[in-house]
Amino acid sequence: MSNAPALELRGLWRKFGDKIAVAGIDLVVPAGSFYGLVGPNGAGKTTTLSMATGLLQPDFGTVLVHGQDLWASPVEVKGMLGVLPDGVRLFDRLTGEQLITYAGLLQGLDRETVAARATDLLAALDLTADAKKLVVEYSAGMTKKVALACALVHAPRLLVLDEPFEAVDPVSAANIRDILASYVRSGGTVIVSSHVMDLVQRMCDHVAVIAAGHVLAAGTVDEVRGDSSLEDRFVDLVGGRVSGEGLAWLRTSSA
Amino acid sequence: MVAHLVRLKLTLLRNGLRRSAWQVVGLVVAVVYGLGALAVVVASMAVLSVQEPDIRGLVVVLVGSVLVLGWWLVPLLAFGLDSTLDPARFVTFAIPQRSLLTGLALAGLIGIPGVVSAGSALALAGVWWRTPAALVAAVVCSVIGLATCVIGARATTSAASALVASRRFREVMAGVAVLPFIVVGPILGRLSESSAFSEATVERIAEVLSWTPLGAAWAVPGDVADGQWATAAARFGIAVATLAVVVVVWDRAFAHALVNPAHEKVSTRGHGLGWFDRLPATLLGAVTARCLTYWARDPRYALAVAIVPVLAIVFYAVRPGGDLVLLIGPIAGYLMGWGISADVAYDGTAFWTHVAAPLRGSADRLGRVIAAGAIAVPAVLVLTVGSALLAGQPGVIPALLGLSLGVLLTALGGSSVLSALVVYPVQLPGENPFQTRQGASMATVVSQFAGWLAVMALSLPEIVLGVVAVRGGSEALGWVTLAVGLVLGSVLLALGVRIGGRTLDRTGPDLLRKIVAFA
Repeated sequence: MSNAPALELRGLWRKFGDKIAVAGIDLVVPAGSFYGLVGPNGAGKTTTLSMATGLLQPDFGTVLVHGQDLWASPVEVKGMLGVLPDGVRLFDRLTGEQLITYAGLLQGLDRETVAARATDLLAALDLTADAKKLVVEYSAGMTKKVALACALVHAPRLLVLDEPFEAVDPVSAANIRDILASYVRSGGTVIVSSHVMDLVQRMCDHVAVIAAGHVLAAGTVDEVRGDSSLEDRFVDLVGGRVSGEGLAWLRTSSA
Repeated sequence: MVAHLVRLKLTLLRNGLRRSAWQVVGLVVAVVYGLGALAVVVASMAVLSVQEPDIRGLVVVLVGSVLVLGWWLVPLLAFGLDSTLDPARFVTFAIPQRSLLTGLALAGLIGIPGVVSAGSALALAGVWWRTPAALVAAVVCSVIGLATCVIGARATTSAASALVASRRFREVMAGVAVLPFIVVGPILGRLSESSAFSEATVERIAEVLSWTPLGAAWAVPGDVADGQWATAAARFGIAVATLAVVVVVWDRAFAHALVNPAHEKVSTRGHGLGWFDRLPATLLGAVTARCLTYWARDPRYALAVAIVPVLAIVFYAVRPGGDLVLLIGPIAGYLMGWGISADVAYDGTAFWTHVAAPLRGSADRLGRVIAAGAIAVPAVLVLTVGSALLAGQPGVIPALLGLSLGVLLTALGGSSVLSALVVYPVQLPGENPFQTRQGASMATVVSQFAGWLAVMALSLPEIVLGVVAVRGGSEALGWVTLAVGLVLGSVLLALGVRIGGRTLDRTGPDLLRKIVAFA
């Protein structure tokens, strides 16, 4: 199955109560691609990524990771995935180092490998000085970074990162981009969701635009954006721009 | 503005009810309970008002003092203050502090405890209907008393939360604060047994209370009825001063909280990898190490452990040298075994780490059981043997051990299944201890009760054997109990881990979805 796509979503649906969050998403993420997932707030990005990583059961549809059905054999497939979910806590009464160790051990790594990789990751993400602090005392950006380290520690074949750059300082963000880029060059696959079009356009080679639970466009970044910038194309696709003239009273002069 | 805040509170209440059927059930139960309590108060006040000899003053002071004390202390110790209108949420709004305070105080009356207390305060005033002058004074004083209740509750909690900003302090205090509450019952019990608790004592207590901030407001009408104008004025002064003090305390604490939102102070640094270094580097070892770390670092677990020695002391205090202390082993076994029944809920959304990992449910279950067992087994052994020696009956040790360990193992098995089936909102680690989580009540109560019944039923063999062995003083039967308790308990635990593991493989993502929805 070496030429199977890294991730293939077929007809994913998910309903919460009577709200349909994801309405039939099909997506093919080629192996070795750096894939961006963009969409307005509430588009269903997090729901889609949760279903693609085994965190949320789809109502309908199939998730194939390197050709294997995730929901049919979760334990076998989850080892191939590195996950950074958004909006969830970590086991934050552990120290940063303990947390990365825990993530590594849960993936079945042995003690020496985990120890060596934890040290490398802490250094690469500029967390060495805080390695022995409890994660509960970390700032938002540091928490994001340690969560990323947990996703990377077992060298997964597919990385799924939900909003990895949120609250991360520019220097760390650049470091993370380098790490991810070299990981893709060595044959790994990365999926990131983001609001920052500029970032996706510079960093990713593929992109999918999602809104209201549907895929509006998908393909290489150049295919999707055509002649315009990704941001303009995104606004064209999603719509919903309101004229800036609207809030006439929002002027510092009118008290 | 005040009306806005009251309306906001009502809207929050209504929206809360829309979220789940359990909330409605909980509210109905609370309404029935509250109305019942109110009816009892009103009826007894009606009877009291025509009672001869006249003990109106005495009873009103006692009831009123209990009311005030309840409002001041209960939020600190048990239920927490309703956090829907947390001052911190108004930080960014430019609301004058005076109207914010008035609004929050009035909003504090909305809800079952508020309505019941307001009704009771009115009933306490109505007692004086035969004495018009006293009745007028009573209405005024009831309003003052009620305000002292509501604002006092805000004052004690906000003053206390300012005190306990550091995590370590809070964790220790949470345990210590429960102590007096547990001990007070037995002490009262012993007092009433000895004849010290006579009519004269009650009168003296009421007399003392009526000069304290707790009872002063409620004592004024009695003085007016008796024509003791000087005393009435003095007590009225105390009541007003009390109200003024709690208002100032709340006002200060509030102003402080608005500009210094609560945050945790940096305190602990871990050393090395702790349990992760000491346990095998396997999936199971990792889960166990994580749980053990949490048993030490997470106050919610620490509390479950801390309660056990407290119980031992209480049982001993009630009847030194009696048989009651023998119960401590089995009860500790149950409490500590059942301690992991909300384990997944305690993980909170961090549970995703387990769902995302290639981890089988059985390893998750077993790791949690081993961690809990590593703490519970030695504790139960020590308590059981200690209690038998304390009661002067070393002969019952085998029977008692069989009973305690059997219950512990069964409870661990039951918890393993339950926590794979049900999650309910729990206090988050590091959350303000004086906040309550909404929607916990009924689901918690029902699942806890069902689990309690199941554990009791499943450990019935060793319970019956143990009781017979201890009563009859048969040592042979004691050893049989030990064997039955250990074997049956182990089988049930193995079954519990197996069933719980299978269940978790199936329900894991769904449990996670529910936890995310709570947050």
